[in-house]
Amino acid sequence: MAYNLKQVVAEKPSRFTAGHRMCAGCGAPPVARMVLRALKPEDHAVISVATGCMEVSTFIYPYTAWTDSFIHTAFECAGANASGAEAAYKALKRKGKIPEDQTTKFIAFGGDGGTYDIGLQSLSGAMERGHDMVYVCYDNGAYMNTGIQRSSATPRFADTTTSPAGKVIPGKMQNRKDLANIIANHHIPYVAQTIAVNNFKDLYEKSEKAIYTEGPAFLNVLAPCPRGWGYNTEDLMKINKLAVETCYWPLFEVVDGKYTVNYKPKNKLPIEEFLRPQKRFKHMFKPGNEWMIEEFQKEVDRRWEELLNLEEITNKEQE
Amino acid sequence: MNIDSKTPMEDLTPGGDIYEAGNAREFKTGDWRSTKPIYLSEKCKQCGLCFPVCPDDAIPVGKDQKRTDFNYDYCKGCGVCAKVCPFGAIAME
Amino acid sequence: MSIRERLSGNEAAAIAMKQINPDVVAAFPITPSTEIPQYFSTFVSNGDVDTEFVAVESEHSAMAATISAEAAGGRAMTATSANGMSLMWEMIYIASSLRLPIVMSLVNRAVSGPLNIHNDHSDAMGVRDAGWIMLFSENNQEAYDNLIMAHRIAENKNVKLPLMVCQDGFITSHSIENIELIEDDKVKKFVGEYKPDEYLLNKANPIAIGPLDLQAYLFEHKAQQAEAMKNAKKVILEVADEFEKMTGRKYSFFEEYKLDDAEIAIVCMNSTAGTTKFVVDSLREKGIKAGLLKLRVFRPFPAEEIAKALEHVKAVAVLDKADSLNAAGGALFEDVTSAMYVNKKQVPMVNYVYGIGGRDTKADDIEKVYEDLQEIVKSGNVDNPYRYLGLRR
Repeated sequence: MAYNLKQVVAEKPSRFTAGHRMCAGCGAPPVARMVLRALKPEDHAVISVATGCMEVSTFIYPYTAWTDSFIHTAFECAGANASGAEAAYKALKRKGKIPEDQTTKFIAFGGDGGTYDIGLQSLSGAMERGHDMVYVCYDNGAYMNTGIQRSSATPRFADTTTSPAGKVIPGKMQNRKDLANIIANHHIPYVAQTIAVNNFKDLYEKSEKAIYTEGPAFLNVLAPCPRGWGYNTEDLMKINKLAVETCYWPLFEVVDGKYTVNYKPKNKLPIEEFLRPQKRFKHMFKPGNEWMIEEFQKEVDRRWEELLNLEEITNKEQE
Repeated sequence: MNIDSKTPMEDLTPGGDIYEAGNAREFKTGDWRSTKPIYLSEKCKQCGLCFPVCPDDAIPVGKDQKRTDFNYDYCKGCGVCAKVCPFGAIAME
Repeated sequence: MSIRERLSGNEAAAIAMKQINPDVVAAFPITPSTEIPQYFSTFVSNGDVDTEFVAVESEHSAMAATISAEAAGGRAMTATSANGMSLMWEMIYIASSLRLPIVMSLVNRAVSGPLNIHNDHSDAMGVRDAGWIMLFSENNQEAYDNLIMAHRIAENKNVKLPLMVCQDGFITSHSIENIELIEDDKVKKFVGEYKPDEYLLNKANPIAIGPLDLQAYLFEHKAQQAEAMKNAKKVILEVADEFEKMTGRKYSFFEEYKLDDAEIAIVCMNSTAGTTKFVVDSLREKGIKAGLLKLRVFRPFPAEEIAKALEHVKAVAVLDKADSLNAAGGALFEDVTSAMYVNKKQVPMVNYVYGIGGRDTKADDIEKVYEDLQEIVKSGNVDNPYRYLGLRR
């Protein structure tokens, strides 16, 4: 059935409720909610979440914003937590201790800190072991929960509280890690990079595939943080769109090793469009710092070309 | 949920488990709001673009796939909905 | 009829796990506990158990996966040693705070550094305040028996705490000794089914586990754990009674070996108790009234009971197989002395840190301790209560 946003929202329950305490305008709740809407209404989920904004503001005792079963333990182990619960499901199913008609899906959420950095090992292990689960990284490009510290997902030159743009060092000096490709190289059944744009079609359809593809799946979702990025809160959807139109955040999926770039802008916008509205890149626009924008653009172009090449190569091999 | 900061130890759930999934709905976040979205129903074409962008699930959508007025119990006033509306049907004040 | 076998401590632990047939085992290799998941994965591969074996990529994930498997409604087990325990440390606290009755074999080994793979108790002592029930085992038989009793204690509604069964790395884990195994069906009946009231895989009633627990609640939740630990004392004895009825083997908080009329006594845990019994016997032959208190249940700490058992003794030596590096004494020593003081038992006490990094502790060493105790009884003085046994200097 073709995607119909209104139908999805009207007919599928919100499994991530109001009453959570994420910041006003946070980019993550719409993502989490839409990912969970991709579950069949009759299916049950066990959700494991890494410590971070999404955990500490959605499950503050005695209130939980999750309508499915939920577990949080620590920062670095959302992958391992999903693994353990999935293993128990398999064992209990086999022993007939869970009703035969019950379907439970295992979905982990982690921010970029809990996924690219401290949780990478646990995620990699879970993917390699082949658990039937989805790991969703909501990437806001820094440790936002502890107050905007740089992570390996933070883009180059970004001003964070541990990579401050100073007189000698102009922000973070390293390029960001390319996690979706790292996970794709685990050769798991499904990997995708997506974002909440337009009517959320890309996000919803990839979530559905990730959840209902047997075996491990990984979704990397950009989720802007108005506080950490320093754009006007109401511009969430504009920032998402610019991330895609500049090819800063390409939408692609890797199915059984085959890359598909889901969106190729007809007019690829210059990276300034994405950088300018964000205070974390403000210093890049000072006279004399043009080189920084050039460098940033070069890296975006290089990665975009690499992705297009991957698409070509992997599809050729399949023929 | 009848647990609060006066509940004695014996009556708290062990380990901080919560047995009522989704009970955060009992926690109202509307008082965080400093600006308020106003729904101008006459301008609304029910296009649906605002439905999913609300971080706080504060735009009720019925089975008829139509939205109604904001749920101010939860709306934090972020303004993301107003910005995506192509018809000027949400005003911020 | 029980089954007579010859097994190493690790084999005994693995056989116990096989008979328990848990739902999930998540483990990572580390000397000297490696053999436990090795043997167990063979049981899985051969279809002897219906367990899901999760070969995790670290001990941190071993405990994380064990936690969520248990939270999901399964019975989950693991095994580790030393640095594996150190890497798990964060999750060890979380397991108990989430009130999950996980059972683990801890094959005691020195925690780095520098690196050493041999036995001492620094791994166990590093988690002594983590809210786990901690049982110590003198030999393979006790390691096996403690595991068979473990779930009954941990899963009791008034307890709901994780439990670790300790045994000495290499000394018992790799030594093959005689053992009496219980028949499979008897173990199955004794251990019973795990039926948690609330669990993640209960679709009919989804729950949330592991909240942000702020100032208004964490104190009370911690006190609930403390209460559960107190409750565990009664349950441990009840389960031991039932176990005795099944096997004839008697367990309590500790074993009193010729302690009744003893004038001098040693308090220790795990395999050293075996050596000490040998020394006690030889001293008794010489007319020296030596005795032993071998502690089995280290957490919950049976303070009052220990004080009562030692009140008549004229001098006590507590042997710590881990140094607390606090310039005052080992952890067991501090627990025992405080138990004595609080219960108003004035007995001269002395501490020996011994066996660090697998240093052999022989009968001669233990004899030296009893000699020192005789001196203390004679002089009435303990000039230096914080001593080393077998240290070159």
